[in-house]
Amino acid sequence: MTDPERKTNPRVGGDGRAVHDMGGLAGGPIDRSEHANSLHEKRVDALLFLLVETKRRIFRVDALRRTIEDYSQSEYDGLGYYDRWAQAIRNLLVEQEVLTAEEIDARMAEVRKRLEGEGVTVVERGT
Amino acid sequence: MSDHNHDDHAPADDDGNTVTEFEILERALRELLIEKGVITAAEVNAKIDDIDSRNPAVGAAIVAKAWTEPDFRMRLLDNPRAAVGELGIDPGDLAELVVIENTPEVHNVVVCTLCSCYPRMILGIPPAWYKSSPYRSRVVADPRGVLAEFGTELPGDVTVRVHDSTADLRYLIVPMRPAGTEGMSAEELAELVTRDSMIGVTPARDPA
Amino acid sequence: MSTTVPPRFAAGDPVRVGDRPVVGHCRAPRFLRGRPGTVEQIVGSFRNPEQLAYHKPGLPEKVLYRVRFDQRELWDAYPGPPGDEIMADIFENWLETRE
Repeated sequence: MTDPERKTNPRVGGDGRAVHDMGGLAGGPIDRSEHANSLHEKRVDALLFLLVETKRRIFRVDALRRTIEDYSQSEYDGLGYYDRWAQAIRNLLVEQEVLTAEEIDARMAEVRKRLEGEGVTVVERGT
Repeated sequence: MSDHNHDDHAPADDDGNTVTEFEILERALRELLIEKGVITAAEVNAKIDDIDSRNPAVGAAIVAKAWTEPDFRMRLLDNPRAAVGELGIDPGDLAELVVIENTPEVHNVVVCTLCSCYPRMILGIPPAWYKSSPYRSRVVADPRGVLAEFGTELPGDVTVRVHDSTADLRYLIVPMRPAGTEGMSAEELAELVTRDSMIGVTPARDPA
Repeated sequence: MSTTVPPRFAAGDPVRVGDRPVVGHCRAPRFLRGRPGTVEQIVGSFRNPEQLAYHKPGLPEKVLYRVRFDQRELWDAYPGPPGDEIMADIFENWLETRE
């Protein structure tokens, strides 16, 4: 198993703050609109819990957090919450050598082709 | 046993017409993991059902029971894991539940400034605002301002205590029982216990 | 909760959150680093999340404390009355004694 490369440079951002560490920043108004979690979001949630649960423990939740914390500010701000998770789960499955990047990419291409064949449109980014 | 298309066994989709790259990614990961025997489709479905079973009504029942049964309240404060177990709730082993009561002297509110830690084992998936940058950044620096945005005004002689969930403890707030609820059943009282009151941004609802 | 390693601090101890550059995963928020607080209670001991984040065992366990902070110590112009507080769960390796 390859050791993930631990960031050796101190986390920087204004004032030494990491991208996720936002207590005390000026935040703006809170959008309180409600939305039911979509099936996709629940699937991502379920996938995470299955991978971290004790009987399997492919990685710990701490590793998921760390992976997301390593995103650039624009990635962190630009990706929706569950998209950050999906991307991190992908990265960790590769890091833990459960899947390879190549087979993930190949399967994504296959899934895309299958869905497009069913008349589904792929849009660039979700929320 | 399995072929590539597991959507037959999976719950029906919300919207069949568009997908994002991330939905494609999730499907690809799920299919590959099932094929390699890391997880099963049945486990995914069971986990989704489990996620759905945890929701604010679960927390409301706990709070209402604590309001109506002083012995249960003591057990809940003393050993939340065992107490919620009495209601058939399995908190799991990823985090430890801590129950905190609001009092006339101290109003408590919960946040996770670093990510989105939340008492999911009781309340389910947190609302989007709880995970948002504005809430996470502002509630520690100006909790009264944030509470005011939720319609909650507290006098100056009430202490506001913000709990930042920075480790493996998950905080469930027991709001104060509203006035004028004497004689109400636990089921009726549970209707007054909102998700937001168990996070601490609002009090419980007043009876109609 | 009990600990598998001896705690350095006890409930009531004045402490200060460390203020060193962060390398890797850290669960001591920036807004608390360098700030004075008081130990509210010993929570227990846990595997170190800074190590778990990198698939390492995180042993020996580290003691976790609930620490209470006076809001007026955290912000230059806290817009609230004296008495308002923050509580956070901080690991021992991010706490120092404070006289």
